[in-house]
Amino acid sequence: MRPRISTFAVHAALGGYTLLAVLPILLVVMNSFKARNAIFASPLSPPTAQTFSLVGYAKVLGNAHVGTYFMNSLVVTLGSMGLVLLFGAMAAWALTEYRFRFSTPLVLFMSVGIMVPIRLGSVAILTMMRQAGLNDTLTALILVYVAQGLPLAIFILSEFIAQIPQDLRDASRCDGVPEARIFFEVIAPLLRPAIATVAVFTMVPIWNDLWFPLILTSSESTHTITLGVQQFLGQYITDWNSVLAALSLAILPVVVIYVIFSRQLISGLTSGAVK
Amino acid sequence: MAKVRIEKLNKAYGDAVILRDIDLAVDDGEFVVLVGPSGCGKSTLLRMIAGLDGVTSGDIVIGERRVTGLEPAQRKIAMVFQSYALYPHMSVRKNMTFGLKFSGMAEDEMARRVAEAARMLRLEPLLERRPKDLSGGQRQRVAIGRAIVREPDVFLFDEPLSNLDAALRVSTRVEIAKLHRTLGATMIYVTHDQVEAMTLADRIVVMNQGRIAQEGKPLDLYYQPANLFVAGFIGSPAMNFFEARVDSIESGEISLSGADFASFKPAVGNARVTAGAKVTVGVRPEHLIAAAGSGFQIKGSIELVERLGETSYAHVRAGADHALIAEIRGRSAPAAGDSIVLGAADRDVHLFDAQGMRIGAEEAH
Repeated sequence: MRPRISTFAVHAALGGYTLLAVLPILLVVMNSFKARNAIFASPLSPPTAQTFSLVGYAKVLGNAHVGTYFMNSLVVTLGSMGLVLLFGAMAAWALTEYRFRFSTPLVLFMSVGIMVPIRLGSVAILTMMRQAGLNDTLTALILVYVAQGLPLAIFILSEFIAQIPQDLRDASRCDGVPEARIFFEVIAPLLRPAIATVAVFTMVPIWNDLWFPLILTSSESTHTITLGVQQFLGQYITDWNSVLAALSLAILPVVVIYVIFSRQLISGLTSGAVK
Repeated sequence: MAKVRIEKLNKAYGDAVILRDIDLAVDDGEFVVLVGPSGCGKSTLLRMIAGLDGVTSGDIVIGERRVTGLEPAQRKIAMVFQSYALYPHMSVRKNMTFGLKFSGMAEDEMARRVAEAARMLRLEPLLERRPKDLSGGQRQRVAIGRAIVREPDVFLFDEPLSNLDAALRVSTRVEIAKLHRTLGATMIYVTHDQVEAMTLADRIVVMNQGRIAQEGKPLDLYYQPANLFVAGFIGSPAMNFFEARVDSIESGEISLSGADFASFKPAVGNARVTAGAKVTVGVRPEHLIAAAGSGFQIKGSIELVERLGETSYAHVRAGADHALIAEIRGRSAPAAGDSIVLGAADRDVHLFDAQGMRIGAEEAH
C-alpha cells in the first residue's frame, strides 16, 4: 500500500509542476490562433470556429524584419553553442587530464563563473564592446554568450571526461597517438551524450535572452527574435495577435534543436571499451 | 626484441614511497612475471617501464637506449591492459591500425600486419566488428593483436586475464604462452595470480612493499623461498608456519622444539644460527603426509575437510591450538573429527630466522 501512495505523491507533484510549466506556453500558443477580441473576451478558452484567426501570423510573417530577427537568433545561438562546445570540451580535457601550474586556480575561476551572473558585468561589457568597435554586431552577442556558457559546460564535461577510463588514454599514448588526436578522435566521440546535454543547456538561455540584445544591439539588422517581438508591444497599443504569434514561432526552432540533440543523448556508448 | 634494464628505480608520491631501489634485468626474449599482493608496486613498475608514470629517480634502459624521460610512443613498447582499453567507436581492424597510422606506415604494410596478427589470434571473422559485439576473451585477443601489430621491442601485460572468467583465463593463458614462443619477444607481465606467474614465467619477480622480495625460476621460488613473504605468497593453499626455538646446534644439525610439533633435528649445513634463537618452521600443505616419520611431525584433529576430487584439503587444529591445512590425495580422505598424525620429509621443511630469511644450505632439486 505504501509504495502506491508515495508513487501517487510523486506523480502528483511532477504532474503539478508540469502543468505549471506548460500552461503559460499553452496559453500563448492557443491565443495566438484567436482573433483580438476573443483573446480578451475569454483568454482561457481554446480557439473555436468563430474565434479562429491567423491574423497574428500573417502580420508577423508579412513583416520584413522578422526573417532577419530569426536568422540573427539562429546565427547567435548556433555560433555561441558551437564555440562553447568546442572550447568547453577542450578546456575540460585540459583541466582534468593535465596538471599544470595554474590548473587549480583556473578551475576555481570557472566555478566562480557559474555562480556569478554575467549580467552583473553588463556595464563593463557594454564599454568593452564599444571600445573594441563591436557595438551593434552579432559578434558581440556571440562573445558574451560564449563567456556565459563556458563555465557550466566545462564543469559538466569535466565530470564526463573523468569517467572515461584512464586505461583508454594510456592505451592511446602507448599506441603513439598524438595528444590532440587523443582528444579529437578518442575522447570527443565518447563525449557525444555529454556534449548533447551541454548543447541543450547552453542553447535555451541564449535563444531566450532579451537582455544582451537589448543593450548590445541597436539597429534592426542585428535584433534577435526576442528583441524583435518587443516592437509589437507599444506603450499605448499592444498588437497582441502579433506578439503571441511571434512568440509561438520563436518556440519552434528551440524545439527542433532540442529534438535533434536529444537523439544524441544515448547512453551506453562507451560499452565495450572496458570490461 | 630487446633487453630491459632497470637501475636503482625509485617512485614516490610526496612522502608515500611506492618503489625503493628496484634493480632488474630482463633478457632478450625472456618472459618475466611481476607478482605480488595489491599495493606492492608491481603495476606502478610496469607503468614506469611503459612511460605512463614518471620516474622519481633511477634509470630504465630498453635495448641500448636509455628511455627514462621518453614518451611511451618513443619506447617501442606495447601494453595490454586488464580492462582491454579498446576504442569503443572503432572496428577491430581500426583498433589495431589506429596507432600505426601516426607512425607514417604504408597502408599495405599495415594491412599485412593486421592480417598476420588476426591469423595468429583467430580474429579474421571479427575484423569489422565493434568491441561491444565481442566477448571478453575476444576483446582481450584484440587488445593483444593491437600490441602485436606494433612489433614492439617489449610487450607489457597489466593483469590481462583478471577480467576473464575461469575457463577463458586458462585458454587465454595458454594462448599467451604460445604467443611468446612464436614471437620470441621480451615480455613483462604483471599479475597477482600465482598460477599465471608459475605457468607463464621464465623468471618470476616477487614484489612486496615496493621492493623485490625474490626473483628466480618458478620452481626455485617454490622449493627455496628466500624469505617468509615469498614462502607464504607462492603456493596455494599457503604454507603452514610454526613458531619454534633452537635448543642446540651440533655438527650441522639443529634441535628444534615448539609448542605445536614434536621436537626434531633438521640438517642446516653451516647456516648461521645460534642456540636459543627463535625461528619459523614452514611446511607446504601438499608436503604434509598422513603418517608418522622421523623428522617433522605434528598431531591434531581434523575440523573440516574440503573435497576437490582427487585431492582434499584437511583443516587441522594441532598442537597448542594451531590451525593448519594438509593436502590429502586419493579416495580415502579422513573425515572431520578424526585425529591425524602428519609428517614431512626434511627436504620439505623450510626454516626461517627471526628476520624472516631462509636458513639452510641451497640444494638442487
